[in-house]
Amino acid sequence: MGPIWARVTVIGAAVVVLAALIALYVGNLVTEPPTVSATPAAAHEVQLKLKTEPAVGPQGANAPWVSYLVQNPEGKWIHSTIYQVPANSLVHVTVYQFDSDSGLRNPFLSQVQGTVGNTMTVDGKTMQAIPPEEASHTFAAPQMGLIVPLRGVPEEAENPCEEGPCSLKQAHETITFTIRTGKPGRYRWQCFVPCAAGFLAGFGGPMQTIGYMDGFLEVV
Amino acid sequence: MNEPNHMRRIAIIWFALSVILTPIVVAVIAPTLPPGDATSAADNQLSDDTLLLGIVTPIAVAMIVYFAYTMIVFRRRGEPTEEGPATRDNRAVHIPWLVGTTAIVLFLATFGTVELADAGAGGGEGPEPAFKMTGDVLPVQVIAQQWEFTYRYPTYGGVETAHLELPVDKNVEFHVTSLDVIHSFWAPRLGVKADANPGVDNVAFVKPWQEMSFDIRCSELCGLWHGYMFDTGQVVSESAFEEWIHEQQRTFAPATKFLPKYSTQYFPEPERRAG
Repeated sequence: MGPIWARVTVIGAAVVVLAALIALYVGNLVTEPPTVSATPAAAHEVQLKLKTEPAVGPQGANAPWVSYLVQNPEGKWIHSTIYQVPANSLVHVTVYQFDSDSGLRNPFLSQVQGTVGNTMTVDGKTMQAIPPEEASHTFAAPQMGLIVPLRGVPEEAENPCEEGPCSLKQAHETITFTIRTGKPGRYRWQCFVPCAAGFLAGFGGPMQTIGYMDGFLEVV
Repeated sequence: MNEPNHMRRIAIIWFALSVILTPIVVAVIAPTLPPGDATSAADNQLSDDTLLLGIVTPIAVAMIVYFAYTMIVFRRRGEPTEEGPATRDNRAVHIPWLVGTTAIVLFLATFGTVELADAGAGGGEGPEPAFKMTGDVLPVQVIAQQWEFTYRYPTYGGVETAHLELPVDKNVEFHVTSLDVIHSFWAPRLGVKADANPGVDNVAFVKPWQEMSFDIRCSELCGLWHGYMFDTGQVVSESAFEEWIHEQQRTFAPATKFLPKYSTQYFPEPERRAG
C-alpha cells in the first residue's frame, strides 16, 4: 500500500471515529429516560411514589449527581423523571426525600401551590410552606401552577444516605400531596433549588439534564 | 439608433411606483404589524416603524426598479459580446450615493436617539432611565430565575406572585432583575423588552390602553427550560386588578413572610452547593 493510500486510510478512519463520537453525543442529547406510569389506586386516582437521592450512584450514568427516582407499578425503583398520569384525575404523590438542604434562591417558592388544598404533609404534619433555607429540592411544574418545596434531611440526622440506592431505613423526610390533573398534555417539571453540587451557581449538570432534576409529567 | 435616456426611464418608473406603493405600505400594511397599538410603548414602536417604512419604501423601490430595469434592458441577446471597458471614478454616482446614505444614517441615528429619550420605547433603560413616566405610577418588579418569571408589587406589601396582572390606563414602571443567570423579559404586545441581569435593576415603562391578554417570554437563551419560560399576562380594569392583588396578598401570605425586604436587586444566599 502506497503512502497516499495509507494517508487516505488514516484520514478515513479518523472521520469515522469523529462521526461516531458526534452520533454518540447527539444520541445522548436526544435520548430520554423511560416513561414510568403511575400506579392505579382507585377510579380516577393514581399513586406516584418518588424519591430524591443526594447522589444517584450506580443507578445512573452520572453517579455523583443528585437525582429523582420513581417507583413503577411493580414496586421497582426506576431512574427516570418522565411520569405518565391520567387526565382529569387525582394523583397522590409521595416523595421520600433523602437529601440535605441547599436553600431556595427565591423564598416565594417555599410555599405550596397548586396541590389539592394548597398543602402538603411533611412526616405526617400538614404544611403550607417551609422556611426557604430548609428546602432541599422542589417538585414544580410552572405551567400547571404546581410548586411543592421539599424539606431537607437535617445535617445532624443519624444514618444519612450519601449515595443511592437509598433505603427507607436511612434518614429521610416523607412528603405527600395530591394534585388534580386537567387536560392531556406534556408538562415539564423541575427543581428550583440550586442543588447541583460542584456546578456553577448550583444549576449545572443534573439541574440541566432530563432524568435527574428535570422531567415531564405526561398527562394522557 | 439613439440610445434612450435610461436613467430618466428608471426615475419615471421609480417615481410612479413609489407614489402608489408608499401610501399603501404606510396606511394599509404598517398598522397591521406587531406589536400593535394596545399600549403606549407598543404605539410608539408602531409609529416609529410606520415612519421608517415610509422612508424605506421608495429606497427599496429604487433598488428593485434599477436592478429589474438593468436585467431586462441590458440582458445578453444572442452571442456573447465583447466585455466593455471598466468604469472607474464616476463622481456623478459616488457623491450622491455617499451624501444620500450619510444623510439617511445620520437622520436614523438622531431620530432613534430622540425617540428613545422622549418615550423610552418600552426597552430596559437601566437603573437610571433617561425617560421616566410621571404622575401616578405602579411599580412592578419582574424577577427572573431558571426557569420562571415571578412578579413583586412593592406598593401592595411586597407581595410576590407567579402571574402578571396590570390595571388598564395606569402608568407601569417595571423593575427587571434576575436571581441567577441572564434572562430577558419580553412581552411583545405590551411593547416591552428588558434584559434581566443578576444584581441589576433594569427599568422599563408602559401604559396599557386596553384590557387584554398578552404573552410573556424569556428572550435570552438561559438553559434547559428556556423554551418553556413563558406565561400569559392580563390587563384588567382597575377594580378587577384591586380585587386580584388583594386575593394574591391573602393567598401568598405564608410565602410573603419569608420574602426579603423589597429591593431593586437581590443577591440571594445560600449557594451552599454551588461550585
